[in-house]
Amino acid sequence: MSAIDAKPPAEAAAPPAASGAPAVSPAARLLAGSRWRWYEFAFWGLALGSYFVFPNKLMLISEILILGLLALSIDLTLGYAGLVTLGQGAFFGVGAYAAGLAAKYGAGAGPWSDPLLGLVIAAGAAGLVGFVTSFLVLRGSDLTRLMVTLGVALIVEEIVTQAKSVTGGSDGLQGVMSSNVLGMWSFDLYGKTAFWYVLIVTFVCFWFCRRLVNSPFGLSLLAIKGNPLRARAIGMPVNARLVAIYTISAAIAGLAGGLLTQTTQFASPDMVAFHRSADSLLILIFGGSGHLYGGLIGAVAFRIMQDFIGNITPQYWLFWVGLVLVLLVLFVRNGIVGLMANGWRRLTQKSHEGKNP
Amino acid sequence: MLTILFDGVAYGMLLFVLAVGLCITLGLMNFINLAHGAFAMAGGYLTVVMMNRMGISFYWCLPAAFIFAAVLGVVLERTLYRRLYDKTHLDQVLFSIGLIFMATAAVDYAMGASQQIVNLPPELNGRVEILGANVGVYRLFVIAICGLLTIALQYVIARTRFGSRLRASVDDGRVARGLGIDVTGIFALTFAVGSGLAGLGGALGASILSMDPSFPLKYMIYFLIVISVGGASTITGPFFASILLGVADVAGKYFIPAVGGFIIYTIMVAVLIFRPQGLFTRSAKR
Amino acid sequence: MSFVQTAAAVETASPVLQTKALCKAFGGITATDNVTFSLPAGARHALIGPNGAGKTTFVNQLSGVLLPTSGTILLNGVDITNWSVRARSRAGIARTFQINQLYADLTPLQSVLIAINERENAASSWFKPVGVRSDLVDEAAALLARLSLSDVIHARVGSLAYGRQRLLEIAIALAAKPQVLLLDEPAAGVPEGERDQILDVVAALPAHVSLILIEHDMDLVFRFAKTLSVLVNGALFVEGTRDEIANDPRVRQVYLGEEVISNV
Repeated sequence: MSAIDAKPPAEAAAPPAASGAPAVSPAARLLAGSRWRWYEFAFWGLALGSYFVFPNKLMLISEILILGLLALSIDLTLGYAGLVTLGQGAFFGVGAYAAGLAAKYGAGAGPWSDPLLGLVIAAGAAGLVGFVTSFLVLRGSDLTRLMVTLGVALIVEEIVTQAKSVTGGSDGLQGVMSSNVLGMWSFDLYGKTAFWYVLIVTFVCFWFCRRLVNSPFGLSLLAIKGNPLRARAIGMPVNARLVAIYTISAAIAGLAGGLLTQTTQFASPDMVAFHRSADSLLILIFGGSGHLYGGLIGAVAFRIMQDFIGNITPQYWLFWVGLVLVLLVLFVRNGIVGLMANGWRRLTQKSHEGKNP
Repeated sequence: MLTILFDGVAYGMLLFVLAVGLCITLGLMNFINLAHGAFAMAGGYLTVVMMNRMGISFYWCLPAAFIFAAVLGVVLERTLYRRLYDKTHLDQVLFSIGLIFMATAAVDYAMGASQQIVNLPPELNGRVEILGANVGVYRLFVIAICGLLTIALQYVIARTRFGSRLRASVDDGRVARGLGIDVTGIFALTFAVGSGLAGLGGALGASILSMDPSFPLKYMIYFLIVISVGGASTITGPFFASILLGVADVAGKYFIPAVGGFIIYTIMVAVLIFRPQGLFTRSAKR
Repeated sequence: MSFVQTAAAVETASPVLQTKALCKAFGGITATDNVTFSLPAGARHALIGPNGAGKTTFVNQLSGVLLPTSGTILLNGVDITNWSVRARSRAGIARTFQINQLYADLTPLQSVLIAINERENAASSWFKPVGVRSDLVDEAAALLARLSLSDVIHARVGSLAYGRQRLLEIAIALAAKPQVLLLDEPAAGVPEGERDQILDVVAALPAHVSLILIEHDMDLVFRFAKTLSVLVNGALFVEGTRDEIANDPRVRQVYLGEEVISNV
């Protein structure tokens, strides 16, 4: 906040015409902000290429993508709408069990058993839970929101472990059989189908989120995050927008849960456990919130770290997660994406200064 | 029936001693230390080590646990926590979850994942008849100690100079600072005493609550319930909230074991929705 | 053509915004005390009074941030007392805040566009990117140009100088094309040199917009306002034209310094 008065207007202005570029209309400049960049192509190219580079790690890569998708769903609420929550694991779990139950009871029964339909069911169930609980996050402070969403997650966890007849309780949901995707591709032992399935679904979700945050709707979310008082004063239906984004976020989290159940053919209370909510939030913060890519990049870093440390001390992995959290809060502001953006800016600024001393 | 009530009250008073430090620090600095349970765990494990490995009397363990946790609290407050007071609640929550994870793994590493057993002195092990109810001597011991602590705390806060400064700081930190009250110092001291009490609670509860590495996470929920129901501006609110929670939890687990936890979480969410400032706080300040 | 003119004439005759016996109490303190007030269309009205007279509380009730304890508020004769902030905003009441309420991480162009999107019901569109409705973006840019913010439309709001943030505050309120604009100390805290710019902007506001200005700077008040209300202890102390107020001995006693009045 102190920066507001400190900087003289001349420095802040940075008019676009200064660098000698042709004048661009304001609308065109806004549109340019939503255009696909080279590094985005590079990112998805790498994701695609990992199929050929790590053919024996496909299950792991699928899992990373799923984690990333879960973190992306939190980014919508935290990074764009500014809602601080700690219960995304609830929606992930609801989606996981919904997809699991759909697969278990619909297995081999024609079109009803298709995994894509299972995903729709997972997203729908989680979205419904999200919609119903969204009204709880409209009131109160950040702290109240954190506690309420945590409470909701705990309730869901409790239901999952107690409703043994439906969910299998702490033993997990047995007998989940995924049918072939679109009746054509069966899930194989090497995870080839799983990889393509997860990659395509994740990309479609990402593409959807990208459209969403670059739209006027997305801009209005940033307004709510920036200043809810002002957003209300200009006539924005703040609560309706928050309900909408919270529901969408929950649905995507549920979709991620559904993907995990379908590709691992198993659902367990571990998928709704508290550490699921904490981990996914950590992944997003680690990657950097408010950039869409933070969750995905965070998930990659998180799993690499997990593998690396897991090889040394598998049992005490939790310690290092904790340490990373503490260090992140103390020293890193915007996660990996923030660091990369800063580095890139510094790099380009230097070359710029070199040209005009 | 009365036995359950007694057990519940003992459990509730124990919860109060465990959680009261968290409530005051939250009210004082608007800082949420979810890792509060780690201090309780420190006290509990110190008791385990002192009794089982060194053979020191249980009665010595109680003050030792208090001092150990208090010192730990002061050290962490001065080195780490103080950097977080002006950060967002999200940062505070992430940070304290990080500490929980570290504490859990560290204890797991040092002591193993299994639950620790504490053998109480024989004179605390029996049962007595009170008002026709069969009550464990140790439960009475816990009620007595926690009751004394509560009275002492209430006295300090209500009657002493330190207490009045503390109340002023909780009421409005900025004004208190303006009056020349050393809010930072008060906070450090309160944090230490709060942590110490948690450590003492951990020592007292080592034989009742299950003392294993997941302790801070498991009881974090209970602390949050105490705060959300009791509010964070007095100590009477958290006190009644703790008793209520203790009785409800013990009774719930006894009568309807399947849905015990479910009810408690639902109550917490409901309270937070209808009274974001807590059930027992006087009219909500805006 | 003539029909339109008669309609306009009727509107001028009837007040745009009215309050009837408006009261607001906080605990035992009466912040607004039985205020009956009416604002004609196209008004240039100033609300003055000593510190703590309840000016901002009054504006907060008009804009819906606070609900009155009793009394009614009418907009074009319609009872809006219990309407939400959003409903009032859509009905044509806009405001600026005494303390800047801006989106620090967005740009001025985005800030104004957000308000225009809401006005045009374009903000719930979630599929097409923001710049597609170039007509709305151009309108935002034109509005910012009117407030001489053209050079910073793509800068980060948080990095703007304070005076320019005050201007943006007005721009965002104007983006709603309001009928009634409530300006809560637009020049508060603005350095001497930049005050004139804000004054010019306020003076150049469209004539059909009815204005209520809260201000401490008497210079600004007397240059801008045609009519004034003086609030004291939450109650309407006196109302009148600029000259009436300036020459009212009671007002002089309660509020105004002799020096200020001699300037008029």
